[in-house]
Amino acid sequence: MTIRPLETGAEDIARAPDAAALEQVMDVDDGRIAWWRSRRFEKTLSVLSPLILVALWELSAATGYLDTRFFPAPSAIFQEAAEMLRDGELMRHVSISLQRIVIGFLLGALPGIALGLCVGLFRPVRAIVQPLIDATFPIPKIAILPLFIMIFGLGEESKYAIIATAVIYLVLINTAAGVYNIDRIYLDVGKNFGASKWMMFTDVALPGALPLIVAGLKLGMGVALLVIVSAEFVGAKSGIGYLIWTSWQVFQVEKMYVGLLACAVLGFAAAILLNFLERVLIPWKYR
Amino acid sequence: MQTDALAPDAANGRTAATQGAVKIVLRGVAKRFGVQGRSVEALSGIDLDIRAGEFFCIVGPSGCGKTTLLRILAGLETKSAGSIGIARSAAGAQRKRPMNSMVFQEQSIFPWMSVRNNVAFGLKARGLSRSQRYAIADPYILKVGLAGFEHALPHQLSGGMKQRVSIARAFANDPEILLMDEPFAALDEQTKLVLQAELLRVWEETRKTVLYVTHSIDEAIVLADRILVMTARPGRIKDILDVGAVFSRPRQVEAVKSSPRYGELFGRVWAQLRDEVMAAQSAEEEAAKRGAGP
Repeated sequence: MTIRPLETGAEDIARAPDAAALEQVMDVDDGRIAWWRSRRFEKTLSVLSPLILVALWELSAATGYLDTRFFPAPSAIFQEAAEMLRDGELMRHVSISLQRIVIGFLLGALPGIALGLCVGLFRPVRAIVQPLIDATFPIPKIAILPLFIMIFGLGEESKYAIIATAVIYLVLINTAAGVYNIDRIYLDVGKNFGASKWMMFTDVALPGALPLIVAGLKLGMGVALLVIVSAEFVGAKSGIGYLIWTSWQVFQVEKMYVGLLACAVLGFAAAILLNFLERVLIPWKYR
Repeated sequence: MQTDALAPDAANGRTAATQGAVKIVLRGVAKRFGVQGRSVEALSGIDLDIRAGEFFCIVGPSGCGKTTLLRILAGLETKSAGSIGIARSAAGAQRKRPMNSMVFQEQSIFPWMSVRNNVAFGLKARGLSRSQRYAIADPYILKVGLAGFEHALPHQLSGGMKQRVSIARAFANDPEILLMDEPFAALDEQTKLVLQAELLRVWEETRKTVLYVTHSIDEAIVLADRILVMTARPGRIKDILDVGAVFSRPRQVEAVKSSPRYGELFGRVWAQLRDEVMAAQSAEEEAAKRGAGP
């Protein structure tokens, strides 16, 4: 555009330029986004990536690029899994591990929540419990297994005990943190409206700490899986850990992979269950 | 300064006594905080008489201790000196009415409770049965315009609706006095106007004694019978202005704001407050310099 002297301005305004003469400086935005940025494309990618990996694996195993002594073809693993499902071997191992996890987890989680609430609410309890936790938490839980086998023997009790021990720390620490981190204003409201000690506990502290309690349960579940598999490596005659360990010893690599697959499925199922629990227990955290 | 500040208070105190029973009496109330080993005076020599059924607003520069005063009355903080008396009504004594209920500044309703259970919280604390407390709470939910949201959780509500729940919770508790700590401070201007009108409407029905802290002169004029202007820290009484003498009840927010006397009153409050805001700011700058120095 050219700048004209002011004197001629009055005439120019009368002859306003038409739209075509104006420079188009902005692109038109019709609200659509490019396909490679769409949510659907991302979802498709997420579904495809494991499938492609399995396909590549199968192909490499079939063409001899992979050493099938260490990496048997996925089809061979699934075949073995089907076989083990048919003769009940897989379910026997999975169900015994599941039983140990569920019982051990509950034995750890329930006292963990109760103790954690006490630690969070009562300063003297915190003063007593905190140094004990700090001193013993760094010990890898699996290192205590020999002691538990000495105390409880080779039976189920030692498995429950080792899982409960691993779970209680994480749940206790998270629950106590959940109580400390409750917004002060909620405690003020409770006090101002004359809530009793018990009502402060049931209506304020417990629901206020729930988000972190559930986070503690999730962490605890992850550790429970880890601990049970390692405990079954050495101190058991059944379970997924036992299946993996013995398969390795007799070099039945497919069976070992079936064990790994079972671990993955179990972990995945536990995560889904706990996510569901989270949505039911703390709906205000989700919109 | 001390005698100057007390003079209008004493005068108003006398007129208050002739107009109605005194509900809240504060004598020589003071508060000291320990900050890093030093003692800081937050409130000093607060003498005040508040009438039964009065809507009493407190304005002051930030940090003047107005919220502290409210929290002392709410039993959430202790006072360092002085005495506080709250008159118990005969009806209140029979019904075991609580002394005070507070409407808090921020989001203070429990996110894990439905609107109904939030409003009924104080009633539950007083040991009322479920049906009893819902019978009391539901009409208040209706009064603050939340009918149909009884079972909603707070995260499903807007900021204005949450503060309505907070107001309903305090009114439903039927206390001797209501304490409000800048309940609308976080809301946008339009929502604020609507809620001020609703608060006035709900209050007109009960005529509870209200102590209302705000930093907004405008809000204080719209709501208050009297406005107390506080000094910069340590908070003392600077002046008390009688709004009730200018605007009668029941009040319309629009009528108050469009009146020429509103501007005049605003000017009078600001004239009192301006020096204190300046003083508070220079004190802050002084503190910042000390903090930044060697």
